[in-house]
Amino acid sequence: MNKPGKKLIIAGVEFHSRLFVGTGKFSSPNVMAAALAASETEIVTVALRRVDLNNLTDAMLSALDFRRYRLLPNTSGARTAEEAVRVAKMARVVAKTSWIKLEVTPEPHYLLPDPIETLKAAEELVKLGFTVLPYINADPILARRLEEVGCATVMPLAAPIGSTRGLKTYDQLAIIIEQAGVPVIVDAGLGMPSHAAEAIEMGADAVLVNTAIAIADDPVAMAEAFKLAVQAAEKARMAGPAGESRLARPSSPLTGFLPEDGS
Amino acid sequence: MSFDDVIQEINLTEVRERIQSATGRDVERALSAEQPGLEHAPALFSEAAVPFLEEIARRSAALTRQRFGRVIYLFIPLYISNECVNNCPYCGFAKGLDVKRVTLTPNKVMREAVFLHSQGFRHLLLVSGEHPAHVSIDYLRKIIASLDTLFDSISIEIQPMTREEYLILSEAGVDGLTLYQETYDPELYKFYHRSGPKSRYDMRLMAIEAGGEAELRTLGIGALLGLGDWRFEAVMLAHHGRYLMRRFWRSRLAVSFPRIRTQSGGFQPKFSVTDRDLIQMICGMRLLFPDAELVISTREAPSLRDNLIGLGITRMSAGSRTIPGGYLIRAESNGGQFEVEDRRTPEEVCHAICAKGFEPVWKDFDRQFCVKDT
Repeated sequence: MNKPGKKLIIAGVEFHSRLFVGTGKFSSPNVMAAALAASETEIVTVALRRVDLNNLTDAMLSALDFRRYRLLPNTSGARTAEEAVRVAKMARVVAKTSWIKLEVTPEPHYLLPDPIETLKAAEELVKLGFTVLPYINADPILARRLEEVGCATVMPLAAPIGSTRGLKTYDQLAIIIEQAGVPVIVDAGLGMPSHAAEAIEMGADAVLVNTAIAIADDPVAMAEAFKLAVQAAEKARMAGPAGESRLARPSSPLTGFLPEDGS
Repeated sequence: MSFDDVIQEINLTEVRERIQSATGRDVERALSAEQPGLEHAPALFSEAAVPFLEEIARRSAALTRQRFGRVIYLFIPLYISNECVNNCPYCGFAKGLDVKRVTLTPNKVMREAVFLHSQGFRHLLLVSGEHPAHVSIDYLRKIIASLDTLFDSISIEIQPMTREEYLILSEAGVDGLTLYQETYDPELYKFYHRSGPKSRYDMRLMAIEAGGEAELRTLGIGALLGLGDWRFEAVMLAHHGRYLMRRFWRSRLAVSFPRIRTQSGGFQPKFSVTDRDLIQMICGMRLLFPDAELVISTREAPSLRDNLIGLGITRMSAGSRTIPGGYLIRAESNGGQFEVEDRRTPEEVCHAICAKGFEPVWKDFDRQFCVKDT
């Protein structure tokens, strides 16, 4: 749970931005770089299957300013725990980071994560010394199990990846946020800045956005809009929300003339 | 239950009638569905949908952008042999044609591969005619094992094989299979494929399923456009695609749209497929399969290919040669499988993709996924 005013710390590293941004689907590396800058993100995810990590002239990698962003490689494309672990090991060697966003998605159309293989891979990767940030369905029990095996965060989805449908898993997310002892990063399915704001307002520690920014007509403006939404939601939490009530609460109560001591 | 059994249950005459009798109201119904399904396919591919083409194209473009982003994935075919025991009248590799036959030696395959790698390609499609004596499983295994140091993804478009053979090739480094049924009309199929192993309609259908059983990551299907009524073929492709997705849920579906062009035998297609038809077919397919790879080759002209960027297509070849050894050793054979219409270099195609506001992507898979721990 993101307590108001509490800093975002993942595996001992402090972050000022609660917006993570993915690097897929952009129309060019330059547009991607400009959108990342506008988002003021500090963590960018990169699909290892997309980049040639042995080739420093890789267009996408060259567009990333590694002094500015922490690179979070992901294992997207892995269908099994075995594949994910193998790709993570490769990432550690070539990208020189032991942080890994664990994605095990055996079904290529909706790309929903496999809970069994994810848990298996997470357990092994933690043993191997990785800082593991697993992408999961919004399953509170799985989130607890992943926390127990030593994952640094949990990253439940709001809706199927790339669907931009918003917080379709709201009730389950609320349980994960309530129970988690590690940061909860809402990943996948956020389509509008208001979705990101809602996730932060409900207590998520951060959000990860890719498609909604990358395929917007103006990705740079959209990246900034997400940044502002996340900041606004964070500020609102700090400000102490009024909360909801089923009853009307007039701003000028009809009984306001009575003395406060009840006499 | 194989798709051949499913076809026995589908009343093909009724499929034709539903396409024929579809009305504008049926098309509107398909377009108002949140996710159009197989029941909407006859309307989407019917003549009645022509007035709705702009709406279908807009939907297709939006879906493609949402699911795949502003990118076009690139791949390149490498023809390894034009030997063939079949005699398909539409193919430049047909047994009866008087063309010089070549099967590249592993060394020559490697030389071509090194050239293609130097152009930037990381996704390779190996293509051959059907001649198990020349293109044997051992030959394939040998060349694939040497190619996987250069390419992150290797697919095959070769003779139909068994599950066990696909498993051997998968172990060697193959991750995708493309196998066109050519036509889903059993009678027409018989007419075009009178001899050779390809004369078995059911065996061809079963082979793609053998690839699914071997858990190949991509299963590519297609009908050769011009052999039959494209509207019927499109509906049947949709049935086939849905079947494969349900049964082989770990594999990605890819649908190609090969349209018959000039080839060595001078075959004239009996059924016309106009550019407008092709676009209706591609965009309709996108509405039915938001996440399928839709593939277009260099059979099509540059202007049409450029206009297809952003409309529904996600994967393209560029700079293809359809003769074994065509990239470096052109003199070895005169028998191409088909005539390439888009003769631009990969670099020129990339410029065209960028000009459309899309990013050409050379690599979308990593060999590490396939490497087995030792």
